[in-house]
Formats: sequence, C-alpha cells, structure tokens
Amino acid sequence: MSFLPNILFAIILFLGIGFFVKNVKKLIRNIKLGQDIDRTDNSSARWKNMAMIALGQSKMVKRPVAGFLHILVYVGFVIINIEVLEIIIDGLFGTHRVFSVLGGVYNFLIGSFEILALLVVVAVVTFWIRRNIIKIQRFWKPEMKGWPKNDANYILYFEVVLMSLFLLMNAADFHLQHVAGGFGHYHEAGSFPVSQIIAPIFDGMDNSAVFMIERAAWWLHICGILVFLNYLYYSKHLHILLAFPNTYFANLNPYGQFDNLESVTNEVKMMMDPNADPFAAPADPDAVPAKFGASDVQDLNWVQLLNAYTCTECGRCTSSCPANLTGKKLSPRKIMMDTRDRLEEVGKNIDANGGKFVDDGKSLLNDYITPEELWACTTCNACVEECPVNISPLSIIVEMRRYLVMEQSAAPMELNNMMTNIENNGAPWPYSQMDRLNWKNE
Amino acid sequence: MSENLIVPTMAEMMAEGKQPEILFWVGSAGSYDDRAKKITRAFVKILNKANVNFAVLGTEESCTGDVAKRAGNEFLFQMQALMNIELLNAYEVKKIVTCDPHSFNCLKNEYPSLGGKYEVIHHTQFLQQLLKEGRIDFNKETYKGSRITFHDPCYLGRANQEYEAPREVLSQTNAEIVEMKRSKSTALCCGAGGGQMFKEPEKGDMDINVLRTQDALETKPSIIATGCPYCNTMMTDGVKFSEKESKVKVLDIAEIIANAQDL
Repeated sequence: MSFLPNILFAIILFLGIGFFVKNVKKLIRNIKLGQDIDRTDNSSARWKNMAMIALGQSKMVKRPVAGFLHILVYVGFVIINIEVLEIIIDGLFGTHRVFSVLGGVYNFLIGSFEILALLVVVAVVTFWIRRNIIKIQRFWKPEMKGWPKNDANYILYFEVVLMSLFLLMNAADFHLQHVAGGFGHYHEAGSFPVSQIIAPIFDGMDNSAVFMIERAAWWLHICGILVFLNYLYYSKHLHILLAFPNTYFANLNPYGQFDNLESVTNEVKMMMDPNADPFAAPADPDAVPAKFGASDVQDLNWVQLLNAYTCTECGRCTSSCPANLTGKKLSPRKIMMDTRDRLEEVGKNIDANGGKFVDDGKSLLNDYITPEELWACTTCNACVEECPVNISPLSIIVEMRRYLVMEQSAAPMELNNMMTNIENNGAPWPYSQMDRLNWKNE
Repeated sequence: MSENLIVPTMAEMMAEGKQPEILFWVGSAGSYDDRAKKITRAFVKILNKANVNFAVLGTEESCTGDVAKRAGNEFLFQMQALMNIELLNAYEVKKIVTCDPHSFNCLKNEYPSLGGKYEVIHHTQFLQQLLKEGRIDFNKETYKGSRITFHDPCYLGRANQEYEAPREVLSQTNAEIVEMKRSKSTALCCGAGGGQMFKEPEKGDMDINVLRTQDALETKPSIIATGCPYCNTMMTDGVKFSEKESKVKVLDIAEIIANAQDL
C-alpha cells in the first residue's frame, strides 16, 4: 500500500499533462485554419529574434518598471522548473529531495529558488497594485472588462499561492530537518534563506502535524502547477509558451513593407497585357475562388492567428496607438483579442460539427471588428513597434481593409474619391497629369 | 525666381542621349499640393547648387499607389506600380531620391517584388550624403539661437529605421536641436498616414495632429522640422489650431537647408 501515493501522483500527472496536450492539439489545429505563409527563410535571424526578444526580453524593458518586474517573474518561472522536475521524480518514485545528492550545488539551487520565489511574490503583488489600485490606464480600456480583467488577476493570485505553497513546504521541511533526533527521511538538505524565517511558526507544533503540512503543501503545489498548466489554454497567460514560436515566425521585413498580393498581380498583369488571352490558362477546377483580403479568421494567415493566441493583452500597442490616444474606437489590442475570440468560436463550431465548420452566419468583420475601427488606423506601426512579442495588429487591419475595399467596395466615400482620382489622373487629387511639372515655374 | 530652377526631365535627357545620376521622384503631393510644392522647389534649389546630375519624370510621373495600398485597394496599387515600373525600367533608372517617405517606402520595399528594383533614398539621407561629401555648404549663422524639434515621419522612422539622417543634417545648422518626449521609434504619427490625409478622421476626443503638435510645442521650438509633405501639412494645421503660427514655423529639412543658403 505504500505505493498508493506514487500511483495517485502518476495518475494526476498523466491526467494533467494529457488534458494539456489535448488542448495544445486543438490550438495547433485552430492556428492551421489560417492561410499558408512561408516563414522558414533566414533561420539565423529568426533564432536571433527569438533569443533576444522572447528569451532575452529585450522589448519588455523598454518600459523599465514593468520590464524589470516581468523579468523577475519570468526568471523565477524558468528556474523553478528545475524544482518541479525534482518534485515529479520524487512523486513518481517516492524519493525525497532526490537532487540533494548534488550537495553544495543543491544548497545553492534551493537557496536561489527561494529568493526568486520571494521576488516573484513581490513582483506579482506590485503587478496587482498597478492593475487594481493605481489603475494604470491601459488596463482599464473598454476591451478589458469582464474575463480579460479577471483573467489577469487570477494569474496573479495563482502565482502568489504557488510561491507561498513552495515556501511553506520548504519551511516545514526545514523544521523537520532540524528536530532533535531527526524525523523520518527528512535529512538535512538544501539551504533555506527565506523559508527559515517562516519556520519558527512550527515551533512547539507536533512533528506529525508539521509533516502533514509539508505533505499538503507539496501536493497542493504540484497539483496547482498542473491546474495552472491547463489554465494556460483558456488564458492570456498562453504567451509564456507561444512567445517563442511567435517571435521566431515574426515578420523580418521592414515594417513599412506590406505584402503584394500575388493573386492580384496575376489579374493586373492580365489586364495590362494587350496580348494576353484570358482563356489561355485553363481554370483549375479545384481552385478555391480567390477572396481578396480577410473578413473572417480563416482568411488570415496562420502567423496572424498565432499572434492572436500569443497576445497577452498588455495594451502597450493600444497605449501607443495615435487613434486610440485621441479617443477613436480603434484599439490594436482589441483587434488581437477579437481575432482570438472568433478563432475560438470557429474552433468550437468545428468540434461540435464533427470536424467541419458549419456556417454560423457570423464573421470577424462586423460581428467583432467594425469598419469604423479599421478606418481609424493610420498604419503608423506604433503598435507593431511596441509589442513585446512582435505581434502585428496592423497586418490584420490591412487585410480587413482589403476585403472592405476589394470585395465590398465599402471604403469611406472620401477614400473612394481619392482612389477614383488616382485611377483617372494618376494622383490622389483631381488635377490633370499634364500639370505635374507646374511647380517648376511657380 | 522661377528662372533659376533647372529641372530636366527624363524624356529630355534621353533625347540628348544622357542618363542622369539620380531620378528625383517628386510624388503627387510634391507636384500638386501648394505647401509641398515649396518643399520640392527648395530641394531642387539644393540639387542645382550642388550640381547634382538629376532628372524628373515630369508629366510622365504617376502616383506610386502607396495611399491606395494602405487604404486596402491592392488592385489600384499594383496597376500604378506596374505602370510606373514599366516606365522606370524603360529609362533604366538605378537610383531614386524623393522627399516623400510614403513614396520612399513604397518604391524601396514594395516595388522590388513586382519587378522594380532601384536604390531608393529619402531626401534627408541624400542631404546627409551631400553634406558629408562637402557638396553643399550653408550659412551657419542663419539658425543660431533657434530651437528646432524634428518630427519623425512614420514611414521613414519606424517603417524603415531611419532616425539619424535627418538629425545629422539638422545638427549642422548651429540651432539647438530638442527632442520631443515621443521621438524616434516611439514618435507619434502626424495623423495623415494610411489614407487619413484624404478623409475626415473617425469620431474621437481630438485630432491626431493636434496631439502631435502639442508634443512638439512642449519643447518650445521656434521651428518644427519635418521630412514628409503630409507631416508638414498636419503640423502646420496643428500649429494654427494652437494659435502659435506667429512664433513657430513648420519647415521641411530641405527648406531649412535651402533657406540657410539664401537661395
């Protein structure tokens, strides 16, 4: 019967990871609903981007306070995974602090985990204060009501609880290591710079009670981690994983360079070539009729959909958007959140209909994003520049403008006039092309 | 005054069997907009003074299609681009300079994959080169005691990472150069990009150019320097809105240099 906890642990671990893998598969399936785009070129520049931006946090520190605090939480998260590895081994094989054979190195590791855990708690509390008490503007925009606001706070609560359990567990362990005559298998291992400050609360307590607390903290800590892992899929916190592929596959071209639609090039060349025979090329019967621009998530490319899942809703984009700063409806963050919400809706539709999307009479355009938002964009790239993980809300805005203009002829009237002028006079203004050099003699 | 501008066209050059060193892409704003035409003329004065072997397309030039593309009309953009490319390639153009960051970006980044591969330079970069090579010099006293703040155009700055050239040119003037709180990669848009120049803004609390002009006015400048015809218009309107036009001038960098040459 002594194997019971190990078996229980194995089952919990299996369920926790299994459910996560199932969701990750769904995530990948959803991202692949997007159009194909080749982002495999120049892999050295891509690795470098990932190393600098995702791993090195180079864009986070542009806002130093949030950047520094974020690095604490991030480093804490990465390093503490070594501790999680130990917990998993201990859990599966019934060992206790299996890495303690490392001796001095182990003391150093545990000591640094504890200090990081404390710093994480400090950072997370500061984050909570910034969001809920100081009420930093970008966290209180209209799109941040309800779930997005709660989600952010849940993550912070989760992290405080996990770190506290970790420190409580260590404190109890520290206490048991030092009781006269020793207690069970709690031999002296590890260095506890933070938790030994907490340890005195166990003084005078029954050893078996302290043992129960240690075990409870251990179980709650690892179960909490598994729950948190599975929470990721439903949360903006998914960025801790997707920031890496997202920075790898990000656009490497100059921000000002918009893609030239190939389908359009073919049509325009056909129009301009007087010798072209429109019937010469046999039509491919299987070809999907080309749709210009995007009205729904399936029309976007998979990198744009990956962007949507990666967005952390930090709002740095929105707080630098000139349209948003002057009170217009456009919020680049909302563009990303809407894309994700719609993509999730489409994914659920597919699941409910046996793997096939059944038209639900809705689309990203109009039901989520209004033309008013799209037309307020100045294409200035401030949002793209600001994003700490290289998301491009602008590329989605442009794609949807393309749909409005080329599929629906639904540009604002003034823009239609401008475009008619270009067609007729080769200039956005209604002046004759013959007057182009008049400035010379004025 | 007009008699001292020498502006050869590509067609004239070709008729004489000559090939200019660079093509000056004037752009639609630079050709038609009354304010932007002054920038065009100022830049040509500098080109003439520096004996730059250049030509313009003149009546053969057409819109790059940039603004159509930003507005979502990829068809119209590509029609314009392919027509322009045909013309530019026929004249065997290798090097293009332009005062408009929108044309600059479009010609430099979006024409190549459609068959138009040229070396494209923004006029502030070209002025930087001319100064470095000692091909232009100007009266250093003209701007002594002035305060100049430079407004980064989105399509030169963020879009193409060129922040230094305009600043280096301005640093030669002996004026005090002051930076706005939002500058370089964090600069605020003037409000005219992405097709906004041609339409009323969406409903909001204020217009973008008013906010951006506030950024500029906070530095207490005597001159707001621009490097884009759209920015120039937007900042000029912003200064008027703030009723500061008697104290603050909005000038393109080409105008700043041309003025200091007493041209």
